[in-house]
Amino acid sequence: MDVRFSPEQQALRDSAAQAVDRLGPHTVRDLEDTERAAKLDAAVEASGWRELRAAGEGRAPLASAVEAAIIAEEMGRGLADAPFVGATLAAELRRLVGAPPATARETVGFVADLSAPAVADRGTLPAGAVAIDARHSASALVLVPVEGGHAVAEVSLDASIPAEVDLTRPAATIAAGAGMERLGPVEQPLTADDLRRWTALGLGLTSADLVGVMRGVLSVACEYAGARRQYGVAIGSFQAVQHMLADACVAMEGSRSVALHAAWAVDALAAEEALAATAMAKAYCSRAARMVCETGIQVHGGIGNTWDCMAHVYLRRALLAIDVLGGAGANLQRVLDHNGIGGADGLR
Amino acid sequence: MDFGDSPEEADFRRRLRDWLRDNNPGLPASSTSDAYWAGQAPWHQALYDAGFFGMSWPKDIGGQGLPSVYEVIVDAELARAGAPPRPSLGYLVVGIGHHASDDVKQRFLPGLVNGRDRWCQGFSEPDAGSDLASLRTRAELDGDEYVITGHKVWTSYSDAADWCLLLARTDPDVPKHRGLSAFAVPMRQPGIEQRPLKMINGVTREFGEVLFDGARVPAANMIGQPGEGWRLAMTVVSHEREPGELGYVARYSKVVSELGRQVKADPGKFGPEQVRDLGWAMIEAEMLRLHVSRRLSDRMDGISHGPEGSVDKLLMTAVEQAVGHAALSVGGTPHGDGDDMWLKVYLYSRAQSVMGGTSQIQRNLVASRILGLPAS
Ligand SMILES: Cc1cc2nc3c(=O)[nH]c(=O)nc-3n(C[C@H](O)[C@H](O)[C@H](O)COP(=O)(O)OP(=O)(O)OC[C@H]3O[C@@H](n4cnc5c(N)ncnc54)[C@H](O)[C@@H]3O)c2cc1C
Repeated sequence: MDVRFSPEQQALRDSAAQAVDRLGPHTVRDLEDTERAAKLDAAVEASGWRELRAAGEGRAPLASAVEAAIIAEEMGRGLADAPFVGATLAAELRRLVGAPPATARETVGFVADLSAPAVADRGTLPAGAVAIDARHSASALVLVPVEGGHAVAEVSLDASIPAEVDLTRPAATIAAGAGMERLGPVEQPLTADDLRRWTALGLGLTSADLVGVMRGVLSVACEYAGARRQYGVAIGSFQAVQHMLADACVAMEGSRSVALHAAWAVDALAAEEALAATAMAKAYCSRAARMVCETGIQVHGGIGNTWDCMAHVYLRRALLAIDVLGGAGANLQRVLDHNGIGGADGLR
Repeated sequence: MDFGDSPEEADFRRRLRDWLRDNNPGLPASSTSDAYWAGQAPWHQALYDAGFFGMSWPKDIGGQGLPSVYEVIVDAELARAGAPPRPSLGYLVVGIGHHASDDVKQRFLPGLVNGRDRWCQGFSEPDAGSDLASLRTRAELDGDEYVITGHKVWTSYSDAADWCLLLARTDPDVPKHRGLSAFAVPMRQPGIEQRPLKMINGVTREFGEVLFDGARVPAANMIGQPGEGWRLAMTVVSHEREPGELGYVARYSKVVSELGRQVKADPGKFGPEQVRDLGWAMIEAEMLRLHVSRRLSDRMDGISHGPEGSVDKLLMTAVEQAVGHAALSVGGTPHGDGDDMWLKVYLYSRAQSVMGGTSQIQRNLVASRILGLPAS
């Protein structure tokens, strides 16, 4: 056991950090700067980070989920408004069913509450199905039940949904009655274990994204606590403020430990175990991230409740990442199921 | 980055698992009865003699000289077997190891590591808890001995101790942090009286008060230099806060798996609230195992004596208290003549946010030393 990053992993983290620090949004107004966002997107494209899970030799991905999680964490920390999680999950689906790499930008379709991938039953997608992280994508991948599991099919995207929840990652509606084109050879459906592993990747990446968001909002809040003065002193000198921030720091560090393990587990453990390990991480990180982001707003006081303060951009990004494949409750249930506790109705 | 076992680690894990099959002393899950503490010394010695204690300490003091991550394997296997956690004294070894001269280290550390000598830590006093530096116990030089007068309290394992790592004031004329020195004081002598204290869960062998009235200690038993006591105390408490040093992961995992077995055995008896409390306790305990893996891996770059221990202590406290809540919720409160073990596990969990420096003090340290917030 040695859970330190390798020198290559450290270098990857540093280059991702540099890209988002240089080209990511630093103010709410920056979010409207399309020229800047395009530069960030081009930098991510040139780096090949969205193809980390594309098939390399055999069926193996080009890089492990640890590398993908390193990118996700840095993009979360810097509120990167360039697609990553959606594209990575799409590349993983293609790899698992033996489909050729995408020729155009794409993402994945989910059910309306994002708790599961969209499955087209007899040619019809569930009402309100939506493509996540859909900027620059013309199509999304969805699942279709077939003999032996699921097929992966491509559907085209319709209108982009104004970014209401996560201001950095708009979604898109899936065209009504859109035609579905099955990808990959018929003899290679997505098996139940493939789907578990894909879900594990999604939980691992969104956990890493949440850790990044927590690091980002914590550093913004600490900076503000050192600068803002009331009663003639910095508010960061008040013990009540210090203890809120200390709790946020502790929650972030615990999250970091479980998210690192989750990223490792995606490829290293059997599918069932990988799903349990990543669900555990996602439950922990979801609960922590909401608390940490709320602390970020509280420390900013009145300013923290205005649109122009970055605090809510972190919270909104967290709210999206929490919902993708389920947050604290859904993943707590997965952990209980894995341990055979809670019976058939569990917490429901 | 790899959370998996290397071939050597897998081999070690197998050997430990085999050994535990025949050598689990079957003590209570936690500090819920005096039997738990009475069994500590034999358990420590058995673990040590079999080569499963002090994995990362240097060989010349009786350690195994292996990477720190072996402790993660020990904790996991102890939990899996339902065995007691490894004895929590790494912080004394690290503290003495970091400050004592080679000669003093060789005199005291082997017996501390092999479990033949029992130790306690005499820092806190009735009027000096969080504000430890204000302590008043005096050590006055008399020939080549120091004479000790004072009152220590909440001293863990004081009833069984052969030695006390004592913090005392050797110079009353300098600022309070600078006048302290540390000693290895023999406990079994006329000038020392030890009185057990009863904890809120009824256990009487967890800690006691120790009264020093003219007790004597050779000057050669000073750990570090005169005036180095405060720095030594800070080294000790910073590691006393690390779950990697304490091995409590095994205790938490053991309690949650026992509670899990109860729920599985009779699922209809438990409602969603209870199941939810147990689920979070499982997640918290697993988080701590992974966090310890991360911290002990970082130690392969060299041990640091920094403020991270405060983060870890707060995480560990959250785990212990979530596990305590699950014990209360699933185990239940015995209003009739039921088993009160889970109630005792719960009550014991309240101490975790006090011992080793309270949670409020840890938050102060995280705020100032990790987050760099301005002094209050
Ligand atoms: C089970 C157990 C085992 C122990 N074992 C040992 C041992 O082996 N050796 C040893 O030396 N000691 C031991 N202790 C003592 C322990 O270290 C002290 O109890 C602890 O440091 C707190 O000191 P106190 O009890 O005097 O509380 P106080 O310092 O009086 O604190 C009371 C309350 O005030 C709060 N408070 C105090 N100062 C501040 C501040 N600056 N900011 C915010 N809040 C503050 C505290 O957080 C706490 O809530 C043990 C205690 C327990 C419970």
